[in-house]
Amino acid sequence: MKKFKGFWLFLILSVIVYGTVQVLMNTGILNNFYSNTLIFISINIILAVSLHLVIGITGQFSIGHAGFLAVGAYISAIVTMKLQLPFPIALLAGGICAALAGLVVGIPTLRLRGDYLAIATLGFAEIIRIVFLNIDAVGGAAGMQVSKLTTWTYTFICLFITIAVITNFTKSRHGRACISIRENEIAADAMGINTTYYKVMAFAIGSFFAGIAGGLYAHNFYIIQPAQFGFLKSFDILIFVVLGGLGSLSGAVISAILLTVVSTFLQGYPETRMIIYSLVLVLVMLYRPQGLMGTREITDLFKRKSVKGGN
Amino acid sequence: MEWVQQLVNGISLGSIYALIALGYTMVYGIIKLINFAHGEIFMIGAFVGFYAISGWGLGFFPALLLAMTVCALFGVIIERVAYRRLRNATRIAALITAIGISLLIQYVVIYFRGAQPEAYPNVLSNRSFDFFGAQISSQSLMILCTSIALMILLQFIVHKTKIGKAMRAVSHDMDAARLMGINVNTTISATFAIGSALAGAAGVFFGVYYTKIEPLMGVIPGLKAFVAAVLGGIGIIPGAMVGGLLLGVVETVVSALGYSLWRDAAAFIILILILLFKPSGIFGKNAREKV
Repeated sequence: MKKFKGFWLFLILSVIVYGTVQVLMNTGILNNFYSNTLIFISINIILAVSLHLVIGITGQFSIGHAGFLAVGAYISAIVTMKLQLPFPIALLAGGICAALAGLVVGIPTLRLRGDYLAIATLGFAEIIRIVFLNIDAVGGAAGMQVSKLTTWTYTFICLFITIAVITNFTKSRHGRACISIRENEIAADAMGINTTYYKVMAFAIGSFFAGIAGGLYAHNFYIIQPAQFGFLKSFDILIFVVLGGLGSLSGAVISAILLTVVSTFLQGYPETRMIIYSLVLVLVMLYRPQGLMGTREITDLFKRKSVKGGN
Repeated sequence: MEWVQQLVNGISLGSIYALIALGYTMVYGIIKLINFAHGEIFMIGAFVGFYAISGWGLGFFPALLLAMTVCALFGVIIERVAYRRLRNATRIAALITAIGISLLIQYVVIYFRGAQPEAYPNVLSNRSFDFFGAQISSQSLMILCTSIALMILLQFIVHKTKIGKAMRAVSHDMDAARLMGINVNTTISATFAIGSALAGAAGVFFGVYYTKIEPLMGVIPGLKAFVAAVLGGIGIIPGAMVGGLLLGVVETVVSALGYSLWRDAAAFIILILILLFKPSGIFGKNAREKV
C-alpha cells in the first residue's frame, strides 16, 4: 500500500497543478505568452525525462535525442495534416514511429559503449535529419506547415503519463536491471541480466516519449523544419539531464523548468543564451560533475526530514 | 577524364579532413577523450589566417605559420583549463565538457564578430593546368603538397624525437610512463599543441579552398574528421591520414554522382557501418576488454 501512496499523492498534486493553471488560463490571468511558455516547459520536461531514462537510469550515453523528436514531429504532422486524423492518434503514431526508430537505431548501436555509442547516436540523428531534409513531401529544407493543436490539456496529460510511466518503470524490476547496467555493465551481465534487451528497451521507451514530445512540439509552432532538430537540439535536451544530475528524475524536471524559463527570457539574445548554456555545462562538469541533484530525488528530501523529526 | 579531376578534388578535401583527424586521433590515443572542441580550433585557425592575410597583408605561408602557432597555444590553453581537471573523471563527464567547450568557443566568436560569413582572400594563384586531360587547379595541388609535408613532419616528430617517444609511451600506458620519469602533463600539452597546429593549418587550407568561412564552419568538418579517425582506427596516426583521404574521396564521389544533399549523410553512414562491423577501424587491432 505504501507504494501506492506516493502515486496517489502525485496524482492529486498533478490534478491540482493542472486545475490551477487551467482556471488561471480561462480567467485570463495567464495570457498567451505565459500559457505558451508553460506548454513549452512541459514539452521540455517530457524530453528531459525521456532522455533521463536512457542516460540517467540505463547509463547509455545518447546524444542524438533530437532525431527521435524529429521522427515524432514529422510523423504526427503528416498524420494530422495529410491524413486528417485527430490529434491524439497523431501523437500516438508519432510516439510509436519514434519508438520503432529507437529500436532500429538501438539494436545495432547499443552494442557499442561510451564514446562510440555517443557518436553513433549523433550520426543516426544527423542521418534522420538529412532524410527529412531530402523528402519533398514534407517540405524539405523549407519545412512543413502544421496547424496549432497543442493545448495545455493535451500537454499536461502527456507529461503526466510520461512521468508516471518512467517513475514506475524505474521502480520496477526492469528499472532495477537498467540501473545495474548503469552501475556496472559487466557485473550486470555476469548476474544474468540480459543487458542488450534492457538497454534496447530503455532506449525504445525513451524514444517513444521523445516522439510524443515531438508531436506536441510540431503542433505548437505552426511550422517544422529539419534545421530545428539538429545537434543543438540534442544538446539542449542533454544539458537538462546533465545539469539536473545523471540519474535523478526530479533533477531533470527542475533543470528543464529552470533552463526553459531562462532561455525564454534570453530569447532576444541567442548568442548570450548559448554562451550561458555552455558555460553552465562546463562549470557543472568541472566543479559538480554529479549535477544539481546527483542521483537523489526531491522526494528523498522529505523522507530525510521526517526521519530527523522523528528523532 | 572528369574522374581524375574529381579524384584530385576528393584527395584535396580528404587531406583537409586528414589534418583535422590527426589531432582527434592523437588526443584520443593519449587521454581517451573525443575532443569535440577540435572542430572549433580548426575554425579559429581559419579566422586567424583570414585576418593575417586580409588585415596584415601576410602571404600564404606566414599566415599558415601564424594560424598554426595561435591554434597550438589555444589547444594547450583548452587542455590546461578544462580537460586537465577531468583526467580522472568519468568519460561521459569529459565528453560533455568537450561539447560544452566547443559550443562556448563557437558562440563567443559569434558574440564578438557576428555570425556573418567572410570571403577568404585569394592568396594562391589559381592557375589550372592540364594533367592527362583533367583540369587541376594549382590550389588543390598546393594544399595537397603542404598537407603531405605536414604529415611527414608529424611522422618524424612522433617517431624520431624525444617528445614523440614520450607521446607514444604515454598513450601506451600513462601510469607506467609516469613511473619511467616522463612528464605526463608536458607530453599531453605537446600532443594538444601539435594536433591543434595541424587543425589550424587545415582551417587555412579550408578557407583558401572553399573561399568562405563562418563561426559555425567547424562543426561538420570536425564531426567528419572524427569519422575519418574512427575509419582509420582511432589512436593510430597513419589510420587518420588514410581515413581522411578515403572519406574525402567518398564524399566527392557521392557529390559527383548528383547526390550532393546526401553528402553529409554518407559520412555518418560510413561511421555507423564501421562502428558496427569493425569498430577498431581499418588499421586497428582488437583489444580485449579487461574487467
